[in-house]
Amino acid sequence: MPITISGSEGAVTMLLSGEIDHHGARVMMGELEEAIAALLPRRLTLDLSGVTFMDSSGIAVLLRAQKRMRALGGTVQVTAVPPQPRRVLDAAGMGRLIPIK
Amino acid sequence: MKTLDQITVTFTSRSANEGFARTAAACFAARLDPNLEELADIKTAVSEAVTNAIVHAYPDSLGKITMRLRLLEGGVLEVQIRDSGVGIPDIEQARTPLFTTGSEERSGMGFTIMESFMDGLTVRSKPGRGTTVTMRKRIARRAGAGL
Repeated sequence: MPITISGSEGAVTMLLSGEIDHHGARVMMGELEEAIAALLPRRLTLDLSGVTFMDSSGIAVLLRAQKRMRALGGTVQVTAVPPQPRRVLDAAGMGRLIPIK
Repeated sequence: MKTLDQITVTFTSRSANEGFARTAAACFAARLDPNLEELADIKTAVSEAVTNAIVHAYPDSLGKITMRLRLLEGGVLEVQIRDSGVGIPDIEQARTPLFTTGSEERSGMGFTIMESFMDGLTVRSKPGRGTTVTMRKRIARRAGAGL
């Protein structure tokens, strides 16, 4: 399972792992949406420390998570981004769309 | 520019082959002794180009994707991804950041990432005939490089 969930009381961290390309993104997106719908967090932290590769498919995953969180009136932030995903996020200007720590 | 070596692989437009394509490109590029950042950039750009072919060139069917890797004189890697799919009606529009004809699963950032991570990108396409994306990256020279 590419997602590990921790936290409670509205502040939830989801640790994403593995390669997020177009092939892997669909499963990850499905799991993220299910987890968000089940836990209804107010603050969601997406921890990317386990991501070994990410392309623009990963951007779509993050934007989808943000859309779901906004619909719930919650917030999302991205943390612990390894160097390769960081370069992808920077090239896409994602820092303007989602808080990245 | 003189070609020093080249490899061509053809594979089916299945998403499981995205990982194969970028790993194969990285293995071939390793001959130029790239650093980790350069290698990651090549893998990311190849992943974007191959994903475009899988998602957009063959939306309702499986087709062939050909990846040609060339080592050029002066420490330059050239990656060419070719498909015989539906083609791109408006290349300029396709290259615009955030533009996508894909679903919510796509971000519209594929060409932007290819452009930022490689040193040159050309796109040729004919509707109904297919698309060829050619990218080049110059690898910084270091002592002990394989070529």
